[in-house]
Amino acid sequence: MTRKDDAMARRSFEPILWILFSAGGVLSALLLPVLLFLFGLAFPLGWLTAPSHERLLVLLSHPLARIGGVILCLLSLFHWAHRFRYTLYDGLQIKHLHDTINTLCYGGAIAGSLWAAYVLWRIP
Amino acid sequence: MIEPRIEHPAYTLHHPRWLRQHVSTYWWLSKPSYLAFILREISSVFVAWTIVYLLLAAGAVSQGAVAYADFLDWSSAPAVLTLNVISVGFLVFHAVTWFNLAPQAMVIHAGGRRVPGAVIAASNYAAWAIATALIAWLLLRRG
Repeated sequence: MTRKDDAMARRSFEPILWILFSAGGVLSALLLPVLLFLFGLAFPLGWLTAPSHERLLVLLSHPLARIGGVILCLLSLFHWAHRFRYTLYDGLQIKHLHDTINTLCYGGAIAGSLWAAYVLWRIP
Repeated sequence: MIEPRIEHPAYTLHHPRWLRQHVSTYWWLSKPSYLAFILREISSVFVAWTIVYLLLAAGAVSQGAVAYADFLDWSSAPAVLTLNVISVGFLVFHAVTWFNLAPQAMVIHAGGRRVPGAVIAASNYAAWAIATALIAWLLLRRG
C-alpha cells in the first residue's frame, strides 16, 4: 500500500471510531458515576449496605445485564481509547508516535472488551 | 537512507528551520480554560479505570461469595478508596461537560423548528437522573 492509500484507509475509520467514542461518552456519563459511587465509595465506606452475593449473581446473570454490560464496557473503553489518543497528541505533542499510541489505545480497548465478554459470559 | 515523510516532518533529514513558534509541552497550564479542556480529556482515563474496577467486581462475583467478600475488603483499602474518590469526581465532571455539550452536538428539529439547546441539555440531565435512580434501586432494594 502506498502512503497515500494508507492515510486514506486510516481516515475512513475515523467516523466509526468517532461514533464509538460518542456513544461511549453518553453511556459512561449516564451509568458510570452511580456505579462507581456505590461500589467505589458508598459500599466500602459503609454508607450503604452492599448487595449480597446471591443478589448480584441474580442481577448479573440476567441476559440484559450480560449484553448491556459488554456493550457498556466496549463503548466506554473505545471512548477512552479515542479521547486519550488525542490527549496524548495534543497534550504531550507526540503525534509522531501515532502507530504506538493507536496500538496501545485501540488494542487496549479491544482487549478490555474481550475481557468483559469473558467475565460476563462466565457468570453462572 | 530515510525517505522524507510528509506527515512527520520532525524526521526529515536536513529539515529547514521551523517557521512556527515552539509550543511548550505544558501549554495547557497557561490558561484555566486550557486546563479545563485537558482535565475533561483526562476524565477518559478514569472512565477506563471504572470499567476495569467494575469488571474486577463482576469477576469476583462470578467466582463465588468468598471472592466477592475479598473484593469488598480490597475496595476499602486506602489506596483504592483514594483512587475511587478522584475517579468519581472525574466521572461527574465528564458527565456534566458531556451533557452541557450535547446541545451543540445534537441538532433536533420538531414541528419545523429547532429544539432549543436548553431542552436538549435538560433531557440529558433527566435521562441521567432516571438511569442513576434505576441502578440505585436495583442494587439497594431489599428482598
